[in-house]
Order: sequence, then structure tokens, then C-alpha cells
Amino acid sequence: MTGLVSAHSVVDPSPLTKRIAAIVVIAYALITLVPLLWIVMTGFKSPSDAIAYPPKLVAEPTLEGYCNLFTTRSRQAPEYMAKLPPASGLCDRISRDRNMVIAGPSNYIPRYVNSLVIAFGSTALSVVLGTLAAYAFSRFKVPLKDDLMFFILSTRMMPPIAVAIPIYLMYRELGLSDTKLGMILLYTSVNISLAVWLLKGFMDEIPREYEDAAMVDGYTRLQAFFKVVLPQATTGIVATAIFCLIFAWNEYAFAVLLTSGTAQTAPPFIPIIIGEGGQDWPAVAAGTTLFLIPIVVFTVLLRKHLLRGITFGAVRK
Amino acid sequence: MAETRLVNVSKSFGAKAAVRDLSLTIRDGELVVLLGPTGAGKTTTLRLVAGLETPDSGSVAIGGVDQINATPAARDVTFVFQQYSLYPHLSVYDNLAFPLRSPVRKTPEPEIKRIVGDVAAMLRIEDKLGNRATQLSGGQMQRVAIGRALVRRPAIALLDEPLSSLDAKLRSELRIELKRIQQDLGATMLYVTHDQIEAMTLANRIGVIDQGRLVQVGTPREVYEDPANTYVATRLGSPGINLLPRGLFPDLALPADVATIGARTEHMTVRRAGGGADARVKWIEHLGDQNHLHIMFNDQKIVSLVEPDTELKVGDSVAIEFTRPLLFDRAGQRVR
Ligand SMILES: Nc1ncnc2c1ncn2[C@@H]1O[C@H](COP(=O)(O)OP(=O)(O)O)[C@@H](O)[C@H]1O
Ligand SMILES: [Mg+2]
Repeated sequence: MTGLVSAHSVVDPSPLTKRIAAIVVIAYALITLVPLLWIVMTGFKSPSDAIAYPPKLVAEPTLEGYCNLFTTRSRQAPEYMAKLPPASGLCDRISRDRNMVIAGPSNYIPRYVNSLVIAFGSTALSVVLGTLAAYAFSRFKVPLKDDLMFFILSTRMMPPIAVAIPIYLMYRELGLSDTKLGMILLYTSVNISLAVWLLKGFMDEIPREYEDAAMVDGYTRLQAFFKVVLPQATTGIVATAIFCLIFAWNEYAFAVLLTSGTAQTAPPFIPIIIGEGGQDWPAVAAGTTLFLIPIVVFTVLLRKHLLRGITFGAVRK
Repeated sequence: MAETRLVNVSKSFGAKAAVRDLSLTIRDGELVVLLGPTGAGKTTTLRLVAGLETPDSGSVAIGGVDQINATPAARDVTFVFQQYSLYPHLSVYDNLAFPLRSPVRKTPEPEIKRIVGDVAAMLRIEDKLGNRATQLSGGQMQRVAIGRALVRRPAIALLDEPLSSLDAKLRSELRIELKRIQQDLGATMLYVTHDQIEAMTLANRIGVIDQGRLVQVGTPREVYEDPANTYVATRLGSPGINLLPRGLFPDLALPADVATIGARTEHMTVRRAGGGADARVKWIEHLGDQNHLHIMFNDQKIVSLVEPDTELKVGDSVAIEFTRPLLFDRAGQRVR
């Protein structure tokens, strides 16, 4: 594979060009990473350091933001506080310093789990359905193929939120409001058009001769699909999965509208933290930091595929 | 191994007739080459035998058993595709094992190991078994593909221009190796090419195909020496046969319906003649292994082979004498 890839490379850039390119990339990376870094740092500041003016670049790190993210606390009279047994654990001590006691766990973890289930669930569903549909569109004589493909694309021609109200009413009728299943179906229906179109491009690139060969070699078409087509479509499938996951993970508007309790995802939950007991920016920052992790991990694990995937088969041949 | 028989097979794609009324029998252990230009219907013929296409009419039988309703997997055939001969995502070993592991064969792994080892030894690629298929060179890839098609001992191996993507030197090496393997195994093969040298050197019999129709079938010698029409005559021989209008040679005593004289080098004697002759040496082309003599005769170009030490020079007047040339009528059919 490497031999073939290098065969496509144009003349090697000169060292100077390379250096300039490196400087540009590093500068761009710094600019885009600064807000992220600020969020991560804010998560470890105390509430007063977080809103200090002029802003504090260096502050004494504390886990208060994370404690507040994971717990709910209540303010108590000093007499009550005095009667309590000694504080057990870090978060307990931090909240006693602020004249509060921990009342129980916050909803962050359940909301985070909802996000994981809904985002990965809808991504898996989009990719499975998208792969099968793309294969059929790529290989078979589907009646009205072009019209169907256009119809699928047309579902993305307006922002999905434009149909928020009909969907809200429909979901209420169907009992899908505030359910994980409802959110999985909704995100799948938004992502499926992207998945079909992206994957059809990748499927078209895989020569049919490989399936023909597998069928002559003693396999059925379905077996040939699994043994020969899927392995060669991995790049496309991974790239598509990342796009779908990013959308479903970050989606905010529908989540606010359609979930409030058991199925609420993290994006609508995180801003709510601000309102609880003053402006708790470190807790918000902590929630945001943790929220970034799955996408980063998923993308880093699959980056090799992604890089080749987003060139849309330009290199692969 | 068994006989494969196509009877009156036709296949169209929409209005385009790819194969027309084609009948051909490939005997057990025989290597038949289908020779024809691009678009002649060669690939379609192979796909019909493999069951990847269903004929509009006619029948395909392997070993005396009609195959019309058999899936490709159920037919005992192998196929080497023109371009995509190995699975790029598998190692060389897994490529060779792939057909053996199929649900219709389910060969036990130790058995697979033994068979793959044998093929690798035959192809001298033992050290390449662990490589990804895409890490092989073009020549190695085609060797593996051909070996893969033959080890399974199919009733018939179908090869679609397996050497066409290789350079000339590799092609001639692999041609010889292919013939050796085919003879060692006694394999039955239907081999498709547009290269006349491949056809002449490999084939037990050649079938010449033109626009989906099988024009002539015979041993390489028969097809070369005794072509049925001008189309077949022009497919074989280098330099190509000279097709000359009869009117150019009014003095020759020929049957009345002859319209064209077909002359290869061996049908002509070229002598230096007096200044009055109309034919002149235009050019002598040195190709290394061959020397082509280009003659102009009344605006008609005639090409023949000459000895490297010929006394003829550019500008010489020459006389041409024919010895038993091939004769064709107005429609291009042979006049015997
Ligand atoms: N799947 C197909 N759909 C439409 N036309 C086809 C198809 N396969 C082959 N043909 C046509 O049939 C003719 C014969 O093709 P083919 O068998 O591939 O020729 P060859 O292998 O001799 O070059 C060509 O004109 C080709 O365009
Ligand atoms: Mg072909």
C-alpha cells in the first residue's frame, strides 16, 4: 500500500516549504487549542479564581469544580455543621469549607451515560443501515435509483431544527419524548443521509470483480459482502462513523427540546449547572472537559482510517 | 477435470449483443485461447461459463451436466480477472486459502496448509506467503492469481487476459511458466487474450472471436495457415498479412470470384528487377529480431520480412512473385 501511495505524491517539498508549513500548522493549532486549554484549566480553578479580573493564568489548582460537578450540596447553619462527624474524603472537606454538606450525587453521570448510549447507538444504527443501503445503491438496479438518492440527500437541505415543532408533537403522540430510543431514532434519521452518500462513494470505489471472484470461489453474495466488501470499506465506514458520532454527541437543540429527564443528554445538562448555587464556572468547565474525552479517544484510535477516509478515496486505489 | 461445452450461447446487454450464437467445446486437459480485440465479447464469454452472467439463450454444460441453473459457487470453475486478481486486504496465504475455506468446500486447515505449501513451491513464492497481496509486484501478483486458479483442480480454469498488464519481458516469462504448470497439472483452461503471440504459443486450439461471434476454431497452425476469412488472417502473423486488390495483378490466373489476394512473407518472393517495374523499395525497417521490407506498388503498401544481409536497397525496383497466396472473395471469405 505504501508503495502505491508514494507513487501519487508530487515532488517532495523543499525543507524551507516544510518549515513554513510546520510554523503555520503550529500557529493554527495554538489558536484553536487555547480556548480548549482555558476550559481545562478553569476546571481546576476555584470559583473566585475562575472569574478573577484580570484573568489568572496560574491559579492554585483545586478539585472543587469536579466535586461540584458530581455532587449536589446544601447550605447548613453553623450549629448544624459543628455537630457533624469529621469530614470524610476530599469533596466533603471542600464543601464544608464553604459551609455546605453533600446532599447526594448530581445527575451528571446519568446524563453522560445517556449521551454515550444515544450517540453511539445512533452512530451504530446509521452506519449499519447506511452501509447496507449504500451497497444496494452501488451494486443493484434499484428502481428510481437517482430519485431515491436525491430524496435521501434532500432530507438534509434544511436545518433539521426547522422541523422541531412537528417532531415535538409527533414524539409526544408516539410516547417517544424524553426516551433514549426516540433520540437514537432522531439522530439516526438525520445522519443516515450523510452515511448513505459517503458510503456509496466508497462502495463505488470497490471493484465488483472482487465479489465476482468470491462468488466463483464458493461464497454467496452475502458472504462475499462480509468477507470481501466490508474489509475494503473499513476506511469509509470509520470516517462515516466519526462524522455521525460528532453530530450526535454535540447535538444541543433537539436535546433541549425533546429531553428533560430520564433521557436528557449531557449538552443540555451542562449549562444547567451554572444556575445551581451561583455561577459555578469551574463545574461547567469540568463537565465540558470530561464531555470532550470520548470524541477525542474515538478519533485518535481511528485516526489512521480517518485521514485516509476524509480524502474520499483520492489516495487509495 | 472435464469437458466444457457451450452450445449456441447468446448474451445481450440492452441493445448491445456481446456474444452471439457461440458454440465451443473445451476438451478435458485442453488449453483453448479465445483471441479477439477489445469489445469482442471475450470477457462476457468467460462470465457466462462461470455463471456470473446468464445467457439469453443457449446452454453451458460442464462434465456433461447442464449448468444453467447453477450458481457460480456451485460450478467447479476458477476465474482470473483481468485487473483485480487478488484480494487486496488479505495476505498471499489467505488469498490462496480463500477458495478452500469457502462454505462449499470447507477444507480442514491442515489440508489447506499442505495445498497452499504445494502451490507456493510450484510458483516459487514460499517466502512471500506472509505478505499482503498488495506488496507483491505485478508479475508476482499474476503468478499467484494463476496458481490460485489452478490448485483447486477445477473442471475448468477461466483466465481473462491475465498477462496484459505486465511488461513484455515478464509476459514472455510467465507465458512459459503458465504453459508448464498447465501441462504438469493437465489443467483444462479457457484463456482469453488479444495478443496473438500468447495465443500462438499457449493454445492447443485457438478460437478467433469477432463482435461476439466465433469466426474460426482450430490449432494455431490451422488458424494461421488456413484462415477462414480476412478477419482471421489479419489477427495472426507479424508483419501482418498484405491484403491486395486483385486488380493490382491483372496477369495472375485466379478463380473468378477472387477479389483480394492475401500474401504473407512466405507467399512472396521479392527480386530485384529492371528499371521498368512499378514496385519500389520504400524503406527497410530494422526491428532487431526482424527486418521489415516496405514496398510501394501503385500506391499499395506491401510489407515482408527480409534477411538482415539482403542486397535490396531503398529505391530499388523489384518484382514480386506469389506462391500459393491466400485468396478471398468480395465478402472477405476464403476462396479455396
Ligand atoms: N455489464 C455490461 N453492461 C453493458 N454492456 C456490457 C457489459 N459487459 C460487456 N458489455 C459490452 O459487451 C461487449 C463485449 O464486452 P466484453 O465481453 O467485455 O469484451 P472483451 O472482453 O472482448 O473486451 C462490449 O461492447 C461491452 O461494452
Ligand atoms: Mg475483457
